[in-house]
Amino acid sequence: MHAAVVVFPGSNCDRDLAVAFEAAGAKVSLVWHKDSNLPDGVDIIGIPGGFSFGDYLRCGAIAANSPICRSVADHAERGGYVLGVCNGFQVLTETGLLPGALLRNAGLKYICQTVGLKTETSNSIYTQGYNAGDVINIPIAHHDGNYFADEDTIARLKGEDRIAFTYTDNPNGARADIAGILSQNRRVLGMMPHPERAADVGHGGTDGQALFRALADGLVTA
Amino acid sequence: MKARVHVMLKNGVLDPQGEAVRHALGALGFEGVKGVRQGKVIELDLQEGASEADVAAMCDKLLANTVIESYTVEIL
Repeated sequence: MHAAVVVFPGSNCDRDLAVAFEAAGAKVSLVWHKDSNLPDGVDIIGIPGGFSFGDYLRCGAIAANSPICRSVADHAERGGYVLGVCNGFQVLTETGLLPGALLRNAGLKYICQTVGLKTETSNSIYTQGYNAGDVINIPIAHHDGNYFADEDTIARLKGEDRIAFTYTDNPNGARADIAGILSQNRRVLGMMPHPERAADVGHGGTDGQALFRALADGLVTA
Repeated sequence: MKARVHVMLKNGVLDPQGEAVRHALGALGFEGVKGVRQGKVIELDLQEGASEADVAAMCDKLLANTVIESYTVEIL
């Protein structure tokens, strides 16, 4: 598996994501936002957490229009895999690769805590290491994680089994308790919680490891 | 020429900041404030000849997220 992790000015989970991919056995390339091309042979692109471009205008909006994001969209449109975590999820909704948007947390506070996540589907390369219904503990750290989409979109996400994770105790007001969603082809995942921060015993939890291991297993033969 | 863009959260999208402002106004004794919506104003200094359609394209592409926000353009 060859993973590319995009680095924007203000990204701060780029190394964490790279380390989690490496620990699962991936070769990792860090890619600068001004680059317009991805390295050859990239299987999956990671869009990391952080505060790209200082969250100016809207979280993820300026990053979504950076040169590298054109290549990210092309990669996704060719059927490539893309994982967006936290600010990365915001970037993916801003690019239109995933539906909906992330609003300010309903309680207006930045929330940094470990939350319970229910795995809603094991039918994706990302979630195949869990069973549907499994509850895992993963940290969140965000100010704008309140997932919003109109009712038709929420119904479509449910109907197409595209909700990957929901919060067991909704911390931010997200519609339908949504913490992470999949694209229609199930190859793009955006999620607010940070699996890369629960991927090593030193993190205090390892529930995120199965996501990276499942990716490595799934992409070995791809 | 200048243009002023007003960006607001769409009706039906919860505006927690507006709600916090509404509560604060109530706490200060201003009665009868039934709702507060908070938006953004963006002023653009443009070359002569730019059209309202150009500004609308900028809004659709970057200045507003039309999933959650609506915008109006004022040419000054």
